[in-house]
Amino acid sequence: MTTTDQQTRYERAVIEPDATVPAVHITRDFRATPEQLLRAHTDPELFARWIGPDGMTTRIDHWDARTLGSYRYVSGHDGTEYGFRGTFPEISEHRLVQTFCYEGMPEAIALETMTFEDLGDGWTRLHAFSLCDSFEGRDGMLASGMEVGVHDGYAKLDRLLAEG
Amino acid sequence: MTDQLSRVFGALADPTRRDIVARLSDRDATVGELAEPYAMSLQAVSKHLRVLEEAGLVTRGRDAQRRPVHLEAEVFDLMTMWIERYQRRAEERYTRLDAVLADLQEGRDETPRETKDAAS
Repeated sequence: MTTTDQQTRYERAVIEPDATVPAVHITRDFRATPEQLLRAHTDPELFARWIGPDGMTTRIDHWDARTLGSYRYVSGHDGTEYGFRGTFPEISEHRLVQTFCYEGMPEAIALETMTFEDLGDGWTRLHAFSLCDSFEGRDGMLASGMEVGVHDGYAKLDRLLAEG
Repeated sequence: MTDQLSRVFGALADPTRRDIVARLSDRDATVGELAEPYAMSLQAVSKHLRVLEEAGLVTRGRDAQRRPVHLEAEVFDLMTMWIERYQRRAEERYTRLDAVLADLQEGRDETPRETKDAAS
């Protein structure tokens, strides 16, 4: 398991792009037990309540949260729907591994590993590691997410770099 | 283009290079000045600077003697802004998760649950 400083409290999500592989690390502490945090990730009704994206409602289409199971959910806003799906290579007490893809880009499959580290006193640290299929995919995700202009961002960066 | 973006993210993933960038946000500095606080050779610092330069984050002045290092703040700000926006979206999601977990703590969810345990 990842060992981290137990004194620091990550009350807000800390994001770190990985330097060597196309991945993002997220660290966040929750006032819950590892069991509750796992449940919030694997119980479809609980999961649908928080996953988002923001401003969207999520409907679970298929859900089999067991090792080697799979899932599909649909998030919608103003009549437009976005499907997300994947499999669960491993679900255990302190670790949840899932593949993830946005159905609009089915070739870009990410591998997400969530580790639940018990900090004691009713706190659990979530280590989320998202490994993307390419640096391009990772950076696109970081740069703006799938719903807003990746291209605007790139165009702006192009301009800045051209000026430099 | 995206290679460029990856280089920027890669360049900023190193703590020494982040520190160099932070110090350059105050003012330009020479390699010697930048190297001062670190227990590493000038060559090692130059190597870090080369990574930052290739990423478009810093440029070197034309003055042949000093070649002061200059931070391209706009490129840096853009990266920071993107990561902050991503951070905000993650945080919005986790704030909702906080609320779900608070309900679990108070047992408000212990009403009929047809869901069998995930691990079954």
